[in-house]
Amino acid sequence: MRRFVLIAVPYVWLLALFLVPFVIVFKISLSDAAIARPPYLPQFDWVSGFGAFLADLDFENFIFLTEDNLYWKAYLSSAKIALISTFCTLLVGYPIAYAMARAPDEWRATLMMLVILPFWTSFLIRVYAWMGILSNEGFLNQFLLWTGIISTPLTILNTNTAVYIGIVYTYLPFMILPIYAALERLDGSLIEAAEDLGCSRLLAFWLVTIPLSRPGIIAGSFLVFIPVLGEFVIPSLLGGSGTLMIGKVLWEEFFSNRDWPVASAVAVILLLILVIPIVLFQRNQQKQAEAEE
Amino acid sequence: MNKLSWFNVVSLTLGFAFLYIPMIILIIFSFNESKLVTVWAGFSTKWYGELMQNEAFLNAAWVTVKVAVFSSTIATVLGTMAAYVLVRGGRFLGRTLFSGMIYAPLVMPEVITGLSLLLLFIGIGLDRGVLTIVLAHTTFSMCYVSVVVSSRLVTFDRSLEEAALDLGCSAAEAFRLVTLPIIAPAVISGWLLAFTLSLDDLVIASFTSGPSATTLPIKIFSAVRLGVSPEINALSTLMIAVVTVGVITASLVSKRATLRQKQDEQAAAREA
Repeated sequence: MRRFVLIAVPYVWLLALFLVPFVIVFKISLSDAAIARPPYLPQFDWVSGFGAFLADLDFENFIFLTEDNLYWKAYLSSAKIALISTFCTLLVGYPIAYAMARAPDEWRATLMMLVILPFWTSFLIRVYAWMGILSNEGFLNQFLLWTGIISTPLTILNTNTAVYIGIVYTYLPFMILPIYAALERLDGSLIEAAEDLGCSRLLAFWLVTIPLSRPGIIAGSFLVFIPVLGEFVIPSLLGGSGTLMIGKVLWEEFFSNRDWPVASAVAVILLLILVIPIVLFQRNQQKQAEAEE
Repeated sequence: MNKLSWFNVVSLTLGFAFLYIPMIILIIFSFNESKLVTVWAGFSTKWYGELMQNEAFLNAAWVTVKVAVFSSTIATVLGTMAAYVLVRGGRFLGRTLFSGMIYAPLVMPEVITGLSLLLLFIGIGLDRGVLTIVLAHTTFSMCYVSVVVSSRLVTFDRSLEEAALDLGCSAAEAFRLVTLPIIAPAVISGWLLAFTLSLDDLVIASFTSGPSATTLPIKIFSAVRLGVSPEINALSTLMIAVVTVGVITASLVSKRATLRQKQDEQAAAREA
């Protein structure tokens, strides 16, 4: 009995507030928009039942998405931005994780803390901090003008460059921590062996360190790529009118256009796109867990 | 391999500079006299004073703290239960679905979670306000709590619990007297994580809040959209200070707890 309650309470909670809402999103994505409150026509009517639902069923919101260029472009450009920024985060994060793993033992706890601390600080504030740095009269431009590297201010805020900087900055801890965890376990004698056998240090790094830290690289990349794909705050604060990301499109479809069925259809497709990287990520984690056993 | 090359030192220095300089600039300029946020015009705390008089911000801050306290507490209870079920529950009907529902919210884009919860609340006719934000925050943060707690439960020596049962404890007593004290650090860090996630959330709160309840991130977001302002810098500085003090205290406390636990274990081993 106690076991039943223990299982049932969190289970029912998640069913009611996680799974059922998705079913509703899916349902509304199939319904028609209407000027009403709520602004859509019910698609499933319990009285007329399942037969009527099937008879009425059309995928017009999804067809609408394929017909309007905006959505295609938004999905593609989100994927492109997520891919490029994941790669940049890896390039910035790997040397930091590597240096942390080589640091003396007594430093490591402090270094860890320094990486984790920004993660606890408000995401919104960390994105906001860059607005003052990247604007035309911001600190970066002041600094570059002062050093004489540039003579006219660069326009960075409200461009995709600012979005990339914001993503690398906010998601960096997600990349550093798994790579650090993989590198920390790395047996130093393997690298010595490689060097004894005639590898240069760079070659030993390339042939030994990188392959052995691969699980960390993969985990970190997914942890950045997956949430960035649906990111809303960064493109809306740092990006410009030309920054097209699907999270922002969904937000505007919902709050500005008040087209709930189309917003739901956008969400359903984003979910379908996300299933692939999420499954790959789960597999990577499982393989790692098995390898450890 | 405890020798840092010059390359390691450079990457650490640049890396931490990158992580911290933006926040340091923000903190410094919250004490700026001028309204122009990028030009230094002398030290002043007037923006903090103005912040304290801004009732809209104070109200929003109060709502945010209320939501965070309630949602993180419920989430800690539910998440600990879920972790216990995942690690100790054995097989039961729908276990795969259960663990899927625990892990899925961790990677779900917030816009989707927010949208789906809003549609649920409207579907069942629940007025949007503090209650709906609490429900929404509890749902996603209980998953984080359960991940944190289950990672501790996995490494937990089960024979301790069995010993308590053999010595005449009921299952509930064994949990309260043996299991809970041992997993307590994980439960506390789970609560802290849930609390900060709730304080920080903009997207899900925007979808699930109504006109009667505005949280601080929603307020900040709408102010920030218009540009950088010294008042927001002051507010951000306060929030950074609270989090920094909280995280450092929590880590010191948990360090001491682990140390004491180790000493206790060693003492017990000596006596045995």
